[in-house]
Amino acid sequence: MTLPMPPAVLEVVNAAVRFGEVRALDGVSLSIHPGECIGLVGHNGAGKSTIVSVINGGLSPQQGEVFSDGTRLAPYGIGVARSRGVRCVFQELSLCPNLSIIENTRIMHRNLGGFGWRKRAAAIILASIDAIFPDHGIDVGGPVGTLSIAQRQMVEIAMAFSDAGQPPRLVILDEPTSSLDAGLAAQLLAHVRRFVANGGAVILISHMLTEILETASRIVVMKDGKIVAERGAGGFDHASLVEAMGSAATHQTAARRAPAANQPVLELTLPKGQPFRACKGEVVGLAGLGGHGQTRLLLALFDRHSPQWWPIRNPAVTFVAGDRRENGIFDLWSILKNMTAASLGDLSRRGFVQDKAEIDRGDEWKVRIDIRTPDMNNPILSLSGGNQQKVLFARALSTRAPVVLMDDPMRGVDVGTKHEVYGMIRAEAEAGRTFVWYSTEMEEMQLCDRVYVFREGAIVAELTGDAISEHNILRASFEGEAA
Amino acid sequence: MKTLLSRPWIWSFIAALSVWLATIAFTGGASTVGLSQAALTFAAFSVLVGIGQMFVITLGPGNIDLSVPATMTLAGTVSLKYMDGQSGLILHGLAIAVGVGVCVGMLNYALIKALRIPPIIATLSMSFIVQSAAIWTNRGLRIKPPQALADFTTQTSFGIPNIALLALLISVAAWVLLHRTPYGRWIAAIGQSLPAARMAGIAVDGNRFVTYLLCAILAAVCGYLLACFSGGAALNMGSEYLLMSIAVVVIGGTAVAGGNSNVPGIWGASLFMFLVVSMLNTYGLGAGVRLMMTGAIIITVILLASGRTANLR
Repeated sequence: MTLPMPPAVLEVVNAAVRFGEVRALDGVSLSIHPGECIGLVGHNGAGKSTIVSVINGGLSPQQGEVFSDGTRLAPYGIGVARSRGVRCVFQELSLCPNLSIIENTRIMHRNLGGFGWRKRAAAIILASIDAIFPDHGIDVGGPVGTLSIAQRQMVEIAMAFSDAGQPPRLVILDEPTSSLDAGLAAQLLAHVRRFVANGGAVILISHMLTEILETASRIVVMKDGKIVAERGAGGFDHASLVEAMGSAATHQTAARRAPAANQPVLELTLPKGQPFRACKGEVVGLAGLGGHGQTRLLLALFDRHSPQWWPIRNPAVTFVAGDRRENGIFDLWSILKNMTAASLGDLSRRGFVQDKAEIDRGDEWKVRIDIRTPDMNNPILSLSGGNQQKVLFARALSTRAPVVLMDDPMRGVDVGTKHEVYGMIRAEAEAGRTFVWYSTEMEEMQLCDRVYVFREGAIVAELTGDAISEHNILRASFEGEAA
Repeated sequence: MKTLLSRPWIWSFIAALSVWLATIAFTGGASTVGLSQAALTFAAFSVLVGIGQMFVITLGPGNIDLSVPATMTLAGTVSLKYMDGQSGLILHGLAIAVGVGVCVGMLNYALIKALRIPPIIATLSMSFIVQSAAIWTNRGLRIKPPQALADFTTQTSFGIPNIALLALLISVAAWVLLHRTPYGRWIAAIGQSLPAARMAGIAVDGNRFVTYLLCAILAAVCGYLLACFSGGAALNMGSEYLLMSIAVVVIGGTAVAGGNSNVPGIWGASLFMFLVVSMLNTYGLGAGVRLMMTGAIIITVILLASGRTANLR
């Protein structure tokens, strides 16, 4: 054997968690040593978030033990986890939006009290943001609510790495790059490598397999609440990793040819830069760094065409939200009601919602988009994040609207599902539907017929066909010149 | 039985039934019929305004209509003044009452929407304006309602007060509206998350407007009936219905945070609210003790009802 390993920062032995009928964790053992970055991958609902909750103390497993530095921790909870240096960045953002970043820092670090805490908190959080994201341009005195979603995620990450007397030893990053553009994601991953090189430990959860392959020193694959594969870095490549996760390895398909130019179905003149235009049957991508006006354009398009006062039978546009907590799901409702919320007009006759039509519609989409639930009448919150996102897709695609607006809709969706949805988008576009798609992922931009690159609220470049490449998009988003 | 107990509205009925039994037991069954009929009659008025308030509360946090009592008063005075005791003008009077409701509802939402005033302030200020209008039209006159209408509101069919039958009919319609139509789904969606409802393509403004309109119309109709029932409109006739309309919604098991409402609970709660007062009256307690007991009993019922397991649909 190799050198004796230092004791694990944290070790979970044989953990099992059940939620009712669902076996979320089925005897999982995982140990994390100093100087290690563990890449954790698996489909939606594979149990990644559950094992993270067990490690950060938020969830007590029905069975299993937790060790740290060779001693058993019992009882184990959030307080104990924090005192051992365990920090977590959640997929659903957790800062208080009405408080400033400094005040949020104070909440996170309880020992920051006493006179002059604002000054000390500001120094701590600023040092951390500067270290991870140089040139971030975030004002730490301002309220969190005014930040863009990418900036919020940056603060959240910096919060986890910040040190106020109790240094972080194990940082869990759950989909940390889902709202970050390529540049920021690279900065974060570089910081993770530095942190690990200095003896820290990281658990990195991501659906972007390249990130995992490039950053992790050990890769753990989960499926149905179990660990199904575990190898050192280099033991996997992209294809074998996808295979280990157990999904059909659909490979990236070439961009579609743009259909012959025809009548635009959607047009909008922006205050500056080029006007926006989308034609029938086209997939139009909105690219550029996060928060440069893409979401604002989508909202403007939506507001212009959606009803305010009177329900319309033939809506012109439909919307897939990326921020599902904020403007996606109705959390008191069942999966079915969530799915049909946008097409009740179609499911009604003589002013009454037809139960049978609604149930049929639900069953149809449960199969088409593979919503993992035994019963569509279960509450929406019983689904994992990725499956909730699938419900939002089904909600939009099942309307008759000819234009679908998508606001970074693939956040937290696994690779297999992504490829299914890509296929669906393509088929719908062939059939004449128009898609306007904002995404922070380059791969998705390459699936579009035409891409507008945004910078500072304006369209600075329009790319078509083969010109859509990571290189051209990045160049346009930094320089503002057409490729 | 278990599914029945998990219904949020069941507790208000259990509470109403126990208070009813306690009162009957005290009087030795002497006034069973009278008490029940009175309870049904007075509950019916609370039900009418409660249903309107329930729709508004469904719209989510911050949505409430405080102009209910003033609307009742204005609708009652104006329609009675117009009918002037003539039975031929009953339907005209009703139309006028509904018209008053439509105006108040429209103005309410205009304030909320155009001036961006929070609903609680908008409807409160509206209630002052409406109340002043009622004072101005009333001028201390006490006009008798048309005899036919007064008879209808005070008499019974098959042993059940006509008013209660009417309220039952409207309750059924409200239930259908809430649970079987797109409109009901839409307002429940708006109540859970306004941004999500907007992004799902729901006409948010239209639905909210219709809801405030509906609430004001129900209040106006209730005022019209109450004025006829009590033999004339009075300027303070609506005052007790301000808190009553909110209390019956909450005790009935509707989520105060919006998005999850139920109609049956309003009946249980309305009966309960009337029966508690009459029970304490029967026991012959002083006014102070009576009010304290009322408060304590309401708190107990709410605690019992909220102890139920979360009822996610």
